[in-house]
Amino acid sequence: MTTHDIYLLSPEISMAGLAILLILVDLVVSRKSILTIVAVLGLAVPLALSIVLWFDLTDQAATQMKADFGTEIVTFVVDKFSLFFKFLLVGATALVILASSEYVSKFKNFHGEFFALILFATSGMMLLASTVELITIYVSLELTALPIAALAAFMRDSRSSEAGLKFLILSAISSAVLLYGMVIIYGFTGTTVLADIATQLGGLLDGESAFGGNALLFGVILVIAGFGFKISSVPFQMWAPDVYEGSPTPVTAFLSVASKAAGFAVILRVFYIAFSAEILSVDWSAVFAVLAAVSMTFGNLVAIRQNNIKRMLGYSTIAHAGYLMVGLAAVASRTPDADAIIGPSGVLFYLSGYAITNLAAFSAVIAISNRINSDLIDSFAGMARRAPFLAGVLGFSMISLIGVPPTVGFMSKIYIFGAAVDTNLEWLAVTGMVNSVISAYYYLRVVKVMYLREPIDDAPVGSALPMKLAVMVTMAGTAFFGIYPTPLINLARSAVDVLVS
Amino acid sequence: MIELAHLQILSAGLFAIGTYGVLARRSAVLILMSIELMLNAVNINLVGYAAFVDFDEATRSFGQVLVIFVITIAAAELALAIAIILRLYRNRSTVNVDEIDLMKW
Repeated sequence: MTTHDIYLLSPEISMAGLAILLILVDLVVSRKSILTIVAVLGLAVPLALSIVLWFDLTDQAATQMKADFGTEIVTFVVDKFSLFFKFLLVGATALVILASSEYVSKFKNFHGEFFALILFATSGMMLLASTVELITIYVSLELTALPIAALAAFMRDSRSSEAGLKFLILSAISSAVLLYGMVIIYGFTGTTVLADIATQLGGLLDGESAFGGNALLFGVILVIAGFGFKISSVPFQMWAPDVYEGSPTPVTAFLSVASKAAGFAVILRVFYIAFSAEILSVDWSAVFAVLAAVSMTFGNLVAIRQNNIKRMLGYSTIAHAGYLMVGLAAVASRTPDADAIIGPSGVLFYLSGYAITNLAAFSAVIAISNRINSDLIDSFAGMARRAPFLAGVLGFSMISLIGVPPTVGFMSKIYIFGAAVDTNLEWLAVTGMVNSVISAYYYLRVVKVMYLREPIDDAPVGSALPMKLAVMVTMAGTAFFGIYPTPLINLARSAVDVLVS
Repeated sequence: MIELAHLQILSAGLFAIGTYGVLARRSAVLILMSIELMLNAVNINLVGYAAFVDFDEATRSFGQVLVIFVITIAAAELALAIAIILRLYRNRSTVNVDEIDLMKW
């Protein structure tokens, strides 16, 4: 391991270091609100290091900086793709920490550990965005899953423990399935490095190995199943609503945004680099197309019946995983003259838009439900009079989740459905649009309850300063990128170049 | 003489037993043991491939390396799971997953 390797790993190392620092600071300070400030300010370090890496990359006009840790086997790369996700993850984590500042005052102790676990999970996700090797992918996946399970069980009451146990058991099963798939691929190719897998498969698929093709496809399907759990796509979605409902609300926000982003990062990396052979990509893109259609339909239909807003947002993330998988299904090899990066860049653009919108929604939900001690949609009645600002933000983010202009949700849906049309998947785009209409029903119900119902109680609902900051930043992002999305689209397009070259 | 196919069959069988255990067992602890079976099935497969298939010299040891990681992470996972199960037992006096249904499974 040379200094250059450490330099490349510095955002992750500083993230883990910050987590340890928070545990230590927690021991010496008595005013726990200092921890929030330390955590948010400390996040500037990994962010700054990522920015330095970004400019270093553009200076050298290199597409990738590789770390081989002295073994000549590349396991870790820094490129625009991984840095895009690092910016997204650090930003989302900062907003989650801001939004949880008020919530953690409910805990009697372990404030520092709460933030530390979030940061450990984030460092795992950042690793996940950068790895190009199956062993490292597995280890980073577990590094994200274990802290999240602990966070889900953090409240230590029955619901929270139940959520933690469900998450942990189902994530262990899914990683066993994922590993079995990885082993089959390893058995075929003799390597775990994604780029080498692609070369080896190229040789295998040209030959006449009829049995080999099927067994290999079985491995690919198992890998899809393992990753499908991470992004909560149907039929691996059953954990999502329960865990979302039972976990502390900031953890729910973190799960729905950061965990999903990391999942899509690793899926894009694995499928576009290792399984990019055309004969394979036709198969897996068909699988993703079907999963996308089923996920969005299931998520939207079941969300209609929910009374708990966290559970409703849980089903809504399943639906959004469906919209996102439209971008995975839209591979360029389906059509000869399609824009090669439209599918993956659509995924990145949709992910960042969804992250901003969903964080706005969750920040508002945390702020309101923390004061009124209820997650039921009915208890949000008349919130427009009790907390006009928070209700306005929640209503605006619901509109963005439906995909109505002038919000980023609209722009990203246009882009990703456009990708589907460009790659001969018109039926999927139509399914997506029909689903957006269905989803309007339950999103607008929240708006209706807040604006048209009489309040249960007249006491105004206030919020603390960090909370207001988180709400304002996300709200401004949702509106800004809804009106002027070009910078975000350009960033997403330059990030995915490395996948298709 | 043991060949790769024997190990693959053993591994597939173990994985199937593990999956059955996960689906059919009602105690959370037994579900964890079944998950352990699934992971060990993966390990057998990995060691089998690494030992029998004629891979590249440079990447030969990858299978064994992954086995070590799987064992280590499974231990960490189990420690966390047992802690959560103990917590749940104090709250609900049961570890039966059929009764852990505050939110619909």
